[in-house]
Amino acid sequence: MAITGAILVLFLIAHMYGNLMIFGGQEAFDEYSHHLRVLGAPMLPTNGFLWIMRVVLLASVLIHMYAAFTLWNRARQATAGKGSRRYHSKKNRTGVQRTYASFTMRWGGVVIALFVLYHLLHLTTNHIAPGGASDSPYERVVNGFQIWWVVLTYFISMLAVGFHLRHGLWSAVQTLGKNKARRQRAINAVATAVAVAITVGFLIPPFSVLFGLVG
Amino acid sequence: MTELYTEGAPIRDEKAPDGPIAERWDKRRFSARLVNPANRRKLSIIIVGTGLAGASAAATLGEAGYNIKSFCYQDSPRRAHSIAAQGGINAAKNYRNDGDSIYRLFYDTVKGGDYRARESNVYRLAQVSVEIIDQCVAQGVPFAREYGGLLDNRSFGGVQVSRTFYARGQTGQQLLLGAYQALERQVAAGTVEMYTRHEMLDLIVVDGRARGIIVRDMVTGEIETHFADAVVLATGGYGNVFFLSTNAMGSNVTAIWRAHRKGAFFANPCFTQIHPTCIPVSGTYQSKLTLMSESLRNDGRIWVPKKKGDTRDPRDIPEEERDYYLERMYPAFGNLVPRDIASRAAKRVCDEGRGVGPGGLGVYLDFADAIKRMGRDAVEAKYGNLFDMYERITGENPYEVPMRIYPAVHYTMGGLWVDYDLQSTIPGLFVIGEANFSDHGANRLGASALMQGLADGYFVLPNTINDYLADGPFEKIDENHPEVKEAVEGVRARLEKLLSINGSRTVDSFHRELGKIMWDYCGMERTEEGLRKAITLIRELRDEFWRDVKVTGVNEELNQTLERAHRVADFMELAELMCIDALHRRESCGGHFRAESQTEDGEALRHDDEFAYVAAWEFTGVGEPPVLHKEALEYEYVEMKQRSYK
Amino acid sequence: MRITLRVWRQKSRDDEGRMVTYELDDVNENMSFLEMLDVLNEKLTLQGEDPIAFDHDCREGICGACGVVINGVAHGPEVTTTCQLHMRSFKDGDVIEVEPWRAKAFPVIKDLVVDRSAFDRIIQAGGYISAPTGTAPDAHSVPVPKADADRAFDAATCIGCGACVAACPNASAMLFTAAKITHLGMLPQGQPERASRVVKMVNQHDEEGFGGCTNIGECAAVCPKGIPLDTISQLNNDLLSALASGKL
Ligand SMILES: Cc1cc2nc3c(=O)[nH]c(=O)nc-3n(C[C@H](O)[C@H](O)[C@H](O)COP(=O)(O)OP(=O)(O)OC[C@H]3O[C@@H](n4cnc5c(N)ncnc54)[C@H](O)[C@@H]3O)c2cc1C
Ligand code: HEM
Ligand code: HEM
Ligand code: SF4
Ligand code: F3S
Ligand code: FES
Repeated sequence: MAITGAILVLFLIAHMYGNLMIFGGQEAFDEYSHHLRVLGAPMLPTNGFLWIMRVVLLASVLIHMYAAFTLWNRARQATAGKGSRRYHSKKNRTGVQRTYASFTMRWGGVVIALFVLYHLLHLTTNHIAPGGASDSPYERVVNGFQIWWVVLTYFISMLAVGFHLRHGLWSAVQTLGKNKARRQRAINAVATAVAVAITVGFLIPPFSVLFGLVG
Repeated sequence: MTELYTEGAPIRDEKAPDGPIAERWDKRRFSARLVNPANRRKLSIIIVGTGLAGASAAATLGEAGYNIKSFCYQDSPRRAHSIAAQGGINAAKNYRNDGDSIYRLFYDTVKGGDYRARESNVYRLAQVSVEIIDQCVAQGVPFAREYGGLLDNRSFGGVQVSRTFYARGQTGQQLLLGAYQALERQVAAGTVEMYTRHEMLDLIVVDGRARGIIVRDMVTGEIETHFADAVVLATGGYGNVFFLSTNAMGSNVTAIWRAHRKGAFFANPCFTQIHPTCIPVSGTYQSKLTLMSESLRNDGRIWVPKKKGDTRDPRDIPEEERDYYLERMYPAFGNLVPRDIASRAAKRVCDEGRGVGPGGLGVYLDFADAIKRMGRDAVEAKYGNLFDMYERITGENPYEVPMRIYPAVHYTMGGLWVDYDLQSTIPGLFVIGEANFSDHGANRLGASALMQGLADGYFVLPNTINDYLADGPFEKIDENHPEVKEAVEGVRARLEKLLSINGSRTVDSFHRELGKIMWDYCGMERTEEGLRKAITLIRELRDEFWRDVKVTGVNEELNQTLERAHRVADFMELAELMCIDALHRRESCGGHFRAESQTEDGEALRHDDEFAYVAAWEFTGVGEPPVLHKEALEYEYVEMKQRSYK
Repeated sequence: MRITLRVWRQKSRDDEGRMVTYELDDVNENMSFLEMLDVLNEKLTLQGEDPIAFDHDCREGICGACGVVINGVAHGPEVTTTCQLHMRSFKDGDVIEVEPWRAKAFPVIKDLVVDRSAFDRIIQAGGYISAPTGTAPDAHSVPVPKADADRAFDAATCIGCGACVAACPNASAMLFTAAKITHLGMLPQGQPERASRVVKMVNQHDEEGFGGCTNIGECAAVCPKGIPLDTISQLNNDLLSALASGKL
């Protein structure tokens, strides 16, 4: 779980970096998009790298989801399906110390999964093309994000991603056995910082487009 | 006095070897017969109790290849009351090079027991103590260590050497978890079958041998019989006869009392230890007392107001209106007098009406001077955890307001009589740990109970029980055997009786009243008159109990009221024997203080010429005079002296 | 103090169970929580009603027998055992809701009493050091660095109460299991079985029907003995290296 999660996080960081190229203008962005496709050439065929990446990503997501659903199911079994709501008392439904992020791991994860589908249809295959289809990834982005509700869906999804990462990053360190009492505070701080950075980093391009800073 | 008991033939420990004391244990181990490993599989042993004694015995005998059935009343063997021991465990390792030795531990224990323990037993205990520490460390018991990685020791209970091994304030817990884990390992290996939430209600004796037990499954109420070639009782102490004690709520005398009724002699029942520094009772709802480490007396000063019934805030009572009574009465030792002295002195000032706190049963233990002298930080470093515990329980901040303490019943030195092999007067019935009477005489030294429990379970019993089992396996019996049937019927009838009385008083109200009688008349200070009165009161209360107790529910369920009721019923019988024992021993020794037998300074006065014996009592019937069998105590190695603290 | 109690009553394993309300108007703030229940039980007994069953023994916070969920929090509002919780932690007029630990691996036996034998079986699976009696070398033959000894000790203080399971949204017993793994794993004596121990104990943990840990941390927050959360990390670490090394 932690390993697949970590792969996904690495992808996200790279992806975010890529997205920020939008500020370089259409050429730079399309160039980058193209570059992805010929990376490793001539050793790899066109799109070779991309496909390797896609396979790894897909595998990661599937394994990650499988693990998540297994855990979810075990928790349901262990608590008669009620999880943290299994007590009659309503006085402590939010736990003694738990973060909001930890509550949203499961449904948040589902939101992210749905988002990715929507996102692929939107920006990769362009089946969904609000604002007009285009062959240029740059134009797809710019066209899409000029529409407020597209930005809103991305915004909500990015919040989900942020929360998922806030708990997920901390959790991955703990799962990989690298938490120590002394480090715990630091780990949590870093998890929060990275989660915020990624969320904000992703949100900059759509909002920039919306507010007309790009395009 | 003879109307209360009769005297029978003296009793002797036939198994005790003679010769030089240091060689006796080896000698006995060599003379005891062995059981070859192939035959052990055919032999079964029932072990009741999973405290230090029971768990260590079950683990060791399981490893040896016997078929073990282990029982406890809690939901897990790990919860036996040994878990609560705080201070530490003694061992004559002499890691400190401070002059300790097996002989010194032996000597200190005999003397500490006020010359009422057997020399041979105590010497063996001291010998074995060394191996206990090795064994526990190998199991992973996390004893306190120094920076060099070696084990730390401290001194305890006023002895001059540092021989106490400890694990913060949780030594009992860590030792028990070690034994528990060894036990669970055997459960996994299939040599031990574990029965939790099973309470022993009677012993099965067939043809004069202990052959099994009757237990109640505490969840279903089912009455079960279990058979074996030998039965071991490791059921702990009976301090709960006083209702309020430092024992666990479930601690009971039932197992050994039932065995006593079946013929096992009960030795020195009146020897109880009262610990001076416990948190006092705060109201009638109080269910138990909590021990505070004695080390507090090193820096705290104990006092009460000079005036009776002075209810002012202690901080408003000026210096000249305070009575630092221990410092006044024992100028040399001051607040550090031994446990029994400190306890009795506290009782006296409270009896005078000068006690403090709710009910006037408490004295101040004041750290104001210590804080002034050492600074608050130093006090906190030394006693912080104890202060926190005190604050949690009482809600008072001991850095600001003096603590209140009061003595409480803590340990019972008496128990079933056993010989050197730890076998009772019923063949095949062995008794280990606090449940037997063996090694502490009239007073137990701090940190010696853990040592004894583990010595019995890991090292002594596994060597001696073979001698008995070498004659086995014994003839098979089952629940249709007439003696078994009768015993089962007895158990059922008793439970049914308890459930059918449907009177007007709760079990706890009887228990509380019994405890008060015991505490008032058979507690810290005992008099002939008081004890006689107590016996009358106990008999009346017992009759009332069987007439008027109210036990709700049915047997066929988890019924905690019923559990308490049958325990209290046995305490009612035991209490009378304790008083008779206390009455017949017209001397003071160790924890047993007879007001009639004191020195001019009010210290305990022994009468070695008359009472240097173990009093082993034989049961003859409820309310019937028991028979006293005396086991003479001989001292070859330690000279009997009067203790003095001046 | 006046207190309204809402208590889970369940006659037996198969009974449905429900919350029942009781009023108590003579509660003393110095009572422990269990003594308050004692007082209620005395009252119920005299009225001929079935008293409330709850597990307890030492009443000094060390045996681990006691433990109920009070107002939705395992062991109640203070970080301590239920027996060491006192009524002064509540206010006059409070409504206090009392429930048993809830987890499939801890079936309710009656009222507030649950079956925690799953913990014993986790220990049976490997929570020990195999050191048969009589085989031990001298206690000083293996020095243990103080830091390791202290860490082992911190973990060893677990009292097996089960609050961690009760509090965990997943009903995972990972903190309990990890405490034993860390205790034994920090000591030199525990090394030979270290890899197999963690694998066997975690397998048993899963088999008992406890949930999986998703690092929520509620367990450590309610643990009366303050077993630190990083023991779970230690367990994961040991588990990964055990699986990686393949030497079980
Ligand atoms: C608060 C406190 C602090 C102490 N501190 C120290 C110390 O620092 N050092 C020291 O040396 N000693 C100390 N002692 C004394 C010491 O802890 C005990 O004497 C010792 O642990 C007793 O061990 P045991 O194995 O004989 O019995 P226990 O540990 O009491 O075990 C009794 C067992 O018998 C079972 N049992 C009882 N009755 C029945 C029944 N009818 N049916 C089935 N099972 C039954 C119980 O379930 C339990 O498993 C302390 C005692 C107390 C109370
Ligand atoms: C269907 C989609 C998803 C679901 C249902 C989901 C669910 C979960 C759950 C339940 C956890 C907690 C498990 C644990 O802590 O052990 C988790 C952890 C994690 N998730 Fe996801 N997730 C999804 C997608 C993603 C994505 C797309 C990413 C990365 C961008 C991601 C990154 C992480 C990380 C880093 C962890 C921490 C891993 C760990 O603790 O071992 N997840 N996920
Ligand atoms: C506002 C935020 C985001 C923007 C603007 C954005 C933009 C893009 C664009 C433009 C592409 C197409 C690239 C190309 O075809 O060359 C793309 C592809 C992709 N994005 Fe995003 N993305 C965002 C957030 C995310 C998030 C949060 C995830 C995952 C959780 C994600 C996962 C993917 C995936 C899996 C692809 C497909 C890669 C491939 O296989 O070609 N994106 N994104
Ligand atoms: S880890 Fe803490 S909460 Fe869990 S059983 Fe141990 S002591 Fe109780
Ligand atoms: S609360 Fe549960 S999820 Fe893990 S960190 Fe504790 S066991
Ligand atoms: S009763 Fe023992 S821990 Fe609470």
